[in-house]
Amino acid sequence: MSWITARRRRPAAGYAVLLLGLIIVGVGYAALTTQGSPASAANPGVVSAQTIAQGKNLFEVSCSSCHGVDAGGTSQAPSLVGVGAAAVDFQMSTGRMPAKEIGPQVPEKPVTFTTQQIHAIAAYIASLGGGPTIPSAAQVSPVGANTALGQSLFITDCAQCHNFDGAGGALTNGRYAPALTHATPTQIYEAMLTGPEAMPVFSDTTITPAQKRDIIDYITRLRAEPNPGGFSLGRIGPVTEGLVGFIGGIGVLIFLAMWITMKRRGTNDERGTHDETAES
Amino acid sequence: MSETEPGHPLPPGEAGEAQEHEQTRVPRRVIGTPPPAQARILLADPEANGEPPAPRELPAGPDNPATAKTAERIVAALFLLSMLASIGFIAAYVGLEVHSVDATLRSNLALGLSMSVAFLAVAAGVVIWVRNIMPDVEQAEERHTFASSPQDRAAFEKTFTEGSEASGFVKRPLLRRTLIAASVPLAVAPLVILRDLGPLPGTTLRHTVWRKGTRMVVYGPNTPLRAADFSTPGQMITVAPEGYTENQDVLAKAVVIIIKFAPDQLVPNRPGHPGTIMNWTVDNIVAYSKICTHVGCPVALYEQTTHHILCPCHQSTFDATNGAQVLFGPAPRPLPQLPIGTDSQGFLIATSDFHEPVGPAFWELG
Repeated sequence: MSWITARRRRPAAGYAVLLLGLIIVGVGYAALTTQGSPASAANPGVVSAQTIAQGKNLFEVSCSSCHGVDAGGTSQAPSLVGVGAAAVDFQMSTGRMPAKEIGPQVPEKPVTFTTQQIHAIAAYIASLGGGPTIPSAAQVSPVGANTALGQSLFITDCAQCHNFDGAGGALTNGRYAPALTHATPTQIYEAMLTGPEAMPVFSDTTITPAQKRDIIDYITRLRAEPNPGGFSLGRIGPVTEGLVGFIGGIGVLIFLAMWITMKRRGTNDERGTHDETAES
Repeated sequence: MSETEPGHPLPPGEAGEAQEHEQTRVPRRVIGTPPPAQARILLADPEANGEPPAPRELPAGPDNPATAKTAERIVAALFLLSMLASIGFIAAYVGLEVHSVDATLRSNLALGLSMSVAFLAVAAGVVIWVRNIMPDVEQAEERHTFASSPQDRAAFEKTFTEGSEASGFVKRPLLRRTLIAASVPLAVAPLVILRDLGPLPGTTLRHTVWRKGTRMVVYGPNTPLRAADFSTPGQMITVAPEGYTENQDVLAKAVVIIIKFAPDQLVPNRPGHPGTIMNWTVDNIVAYSKICTHVGCPVALYEQTTHHILCPCHQSTFDATNGAQVLFGPAPRPLPQLPIGTDSQGFLIATSDFHEPVGPAFWELG
């Protein structure tokens, strides 16, 4: 305590406290917004009765407490009858399901199931009432896709929520459109097909499978674009640029202005006492 | 008398007249210029008045000569650095090519860096100069009244009056009036140019290109959409009037979002209870203008769980089940609903234009 008391009147103390505060805020923000590692998705295997049985077992252990033993839904979670294998694969391969808690939106987190287990649960859910299937690797491959059409569709029907650069954005009441920076092509396809959470459905009759591939191609190319300024700044446009400009640029300018107008200690003390005597 | 030439001595009377003439000619100056500088001594010469010199206001040297010496070297080095950077700027401008994107990036980097260093070094040098070499004293500066002295004002008034009399502006009304006649149309000319701000929009803001039978096409691939293909509740897509997908002027008003609902989700419009006009829907598919009624941003952030349509610009929120009534935000009225139907082949069509103007309010909206 005495160490602080002895040094807190030093001219550098103010800067040190400010710098410390900024570091704490920055590190804290970075720590709180760290997201889980992206999940990988593989091809759906051949669905057998054995797989469905395995999926049923896994479902009863890990999912039935919220979704009901027969997957018919409870007051806490919706029915899964008819949602299809694609919805299960999307939710579980991104780590959203099983959910930790009920909130405005279930966040992504590290995946706890293997791809084989996820596909088994997906096969079980599909056996209950059909629904969209998990797309094959060929269905989501961007080879030969029409990137220009993908861009046109993306900026018309995706960019309003997911940001022009796929960086995501806020919705109402704590919900948000997630960033598309690490979603796999399969997950993007499944999301369009099933409309997870607040996202609308873009079925194959509205946006054809070929057009979905065009969109996936555009998103993957968008990610590969270089950042002309050297830093991406989250690619969310003026918000981060303004933050950097404000804290970085204007902060440094304030420090400089303070330094320029700060009086030198020795001469200032002499003059200060001199002025006081003159006034009194 | 010293001005008169010695070879032509003038009689005393004439000489006096000439001198008088000289004196009257002295204030020959243009209106607006300062008066002759006879009485405008800014700094009194103390030696001439025999007074002792006033004490110094500023110390001659720095507070700390040792620091000042070091600072002097630093400042000089910074000024030299600035000089080199400026030379580097010229060299970069002359030497670096700009005929490709990469080359332009390099050129911009070199030009920007050298110019920044040039200005920054001078600025830093000046700051160090002020802080470490100039003495640290505070000075109070007295303020004086802005008004000129009464003599100056009287002189100006006299000059002005004489000038106006001499010019004949008052005495010669023909000149005065023709000059005014010449300047009036010149002043009106800029007002006439304002005409180029028009023409007035007329009724164009009240209508879009949607007509009975116009097919809705998915914007992008521009394919028409069957009602049967838009069958999963929770679907939403942006559609444009067929034939106008490349016309951005038309699309700026006519672009529409269609949303598919589950049965019984829509709130029908009843007297006293605004809602969705069910006659304008097809199989629980509703079409709303995509142009926000606030300032015209594209509203398409649709949450299928809450049926909210959000505007990304100012967070206006519309209830899609309820005729797009405003739930939150600055939008003053609901999104206009487009009457839709299906044609003989089952494709979604408009059954008329919007029944109210789309987009933000305008002067004559009423």
